[in-house]
Amino acid sequence: MTRFFALATLLLLVGILVSLVDGAMPALEKFGSAFLWTGDWNPPAERFGALIPIYGTLATSLVALVIAVPVSFGIALFLTELAPPWLRRPLGIAIELLAGIPSIVYGMWGLLVFAPIFAEYVQPALASSLGQVPVLGALFQGAPMGIGILSAGVILAVMTIPFIASVMRDVFEVTPAMLKESAYGLGATTWEVVWNIVLPYTKVGVVGGIMLGLGRALGETMAVTFLIGNMNFFNGFSLFLPGNSIASALANEFAEAESPIYTASLIELGLILFFITLVVLTLSKLLLLKLSGREGLKT
Amino acid sequence: MQRKFLMSLAAGTAVLFSTAPQAAEITGAGATFPAPIYAKWADSYQKATGNKINYQSIGSGGGIKQIVAKTVDFGASDMPLKPEQLEKDGLMQFPTVIGGVVPVLNVPGIKPGELKLTGPLLADIFLGKIVKWNDKAIAELNPKVQLPDSPIGVVRRADGSGTSFIFTNYLSKVSEEWKSKVGEGTAVQWPVGLGGKGNEGVAAFVQRLPGSLGYVEYAYAKQNKMTFALMQNAAGNFVSPDDLTFKAAASGADWKGDFYEILTNQKGKDAWPISGATFILMQKTQNKPEQGAEAIKFFAWAYKNGGKEALDLDYVPMPDAVVKLVGTAWGNVKDASGKAVWSGK
Repeated sequence: MTRFFALATLLLLVGILVSLVDGAMPALEKFGSAFLWTGDWNPPAERFGALIPIYGTLATSLVALVIAVPVSFGIALFLTELAPPWLRRPLGIAIELLAGIPSIVYGMWGLLVFAPIFAEYVQPALASSLGQVPVLGALFQGAPMGIGILSAGVILAVMTIPFIASVMRDVFEVTPAMLKESAYGLGATTWEVVWNIVLPYTKVGVVGGIMLGLGRALGETMAVTFLIGNMNFFNGFSLFLPGNSIASALANEFAEAESPIYTASLIELGLILFFITLVVLTLSKLLLLKLSGREGLKT
Repeated sequence: MQRKFLMSLAAGTAVLFSTAPQAAEITGAGATFPAPIYAKWADSYQKATGNKINYQSIGSGGGIKQIVAKTVDFGASDMPLKPEQLEKDGLMQFPTVIGGVVPVLNVPGIKPGELKLTGPLLADIFLGKIVKWNDKAIAELNPKVQLPDSPIGVVRRADGSGTSFIFTNYLSKVSEEWKSKVGEGTAVQWPVGLGGKGNEGVAAFVQRLPGSLGYVEYAYAKQNKMTFALMQNAAGNFVSPDDLTFKAAASGADWKGDFYEILTNQKGKDAWPISGATFILMQKTQNKPEQGAEAIKFFAWAYKNGGKEALDLDYVPMPDAVVKLVGTAWGNVKDASGKAVWSGK
């Protein structure tokens, strides 16, 4: 019975893959692999390429992780090691509740509340500080509109933090007290205990939590649609510029796509998202394997 | 207990059938733009006749797919199908209501209807060729308006929509460059601008960003009291968007037998240049003639009795001359034996 259910999941996955490939066939045949690196998305001319949505999906998710991982780590660290016991439970529940907010609410809040504040205070500050740094500064150029890849990434960070933080907290909690007490006994500071004892002990769980968050960021649709600006044109690498993501393009254009090649191209976008997720999961597994391979070695 | 339940159920069903002996149920699917008025009509129609209309607003693209697959009794699309395509899929189409697309802006100090724009100017702005509000081309047209020296923030739809289709169709008609570079469609490759999701998304951006210019459905601009611009029509007059100028666009049009008519840039001296009708699609050969007849009956009823409700929701009903033409076209909807399904009553 259990084997049946396990196989059913696998079958379902293969089924989804097969139907995606089948639906994308016209686009696969017409554009071939050039679909992956063409930045053209022109429905009236029926020329399609996925580069801009792929870039937008990866860029927003990366921004989200860059913000969410350290913050989540801090939250988990605070909740397990530093917070007074009476505060741990309510704070933990509050963070888990954040995970339950529907993404459309994040989207509307992002558009109506967050974006204006972001455009008025945060973006000018970023442009005048980080924007002056060579190379990195190119990411923070342009008019502060509050809409764009950076804003979408920040909202995604807010949405992924509860996932990553609660997984991190749970795994930090299972670190045997004996290990920690021993380290404290040897005179380690809290930071040293977390960095040298807790983190190595829980790395599989921590990476798993990050991957869970990344999975959510890659596939997030509504919140991104509201904030990314939905621009199918590449104007530069600045994070202030509007872009597009795969999930957002699908949500926006699928209902009104009437020509067969247009629909097929959108389905191929879905297929690409499927593969990106697969690659990310595979990479994380490889990372874990590599980490466990080094176990016991002196660093 | 169970038997009692079953009996009451049977009784209930009997009552249902006896009060409405031939209550028909029609299903339709498609465009989101006319969904509010179809829902309103369906409600009034059910009250008047007992017949039920189910309309699912899944988007024009979906509506076309559904009617081609014959899973619904009628499809709805904001974009008329070309005669060849109608022929290929064995469909016929007719317009139901008219709406307009309105350029809306947010420039401090400019009031609704103060700014004048022309089609080529609008195309240049959306092409990214005119980037400042005090550009010479805008200033010459609006000598009395105080134009700021600030960039124009172009806002457009991100999702595929009939609104974008009407807008880009208009720009293609008035600008050669737009036609060759961008073209027309429910979604196009916009050279500049932010994409908002839905009319509400565009409206939110325009209301929030000073210096922005976008386009929304007329009803949306009116209900939100947005600052609209006057447009120069094909006759050279500057007109303001309202039900009269939309109707003028529809009356001036040359409605041929297949109703492939997009109401942009119409000739009439009062015509609003960015108008468009929304369409119903039906199979010409009906597998279930009774269902086809019921669907036609509903729209005949709506043409006759639904005008006021349409105006209340800021749609414009079709002119009488067009309704007459549609009545004739309904004669082409036939059952398998070639007999018209609708007798005109």
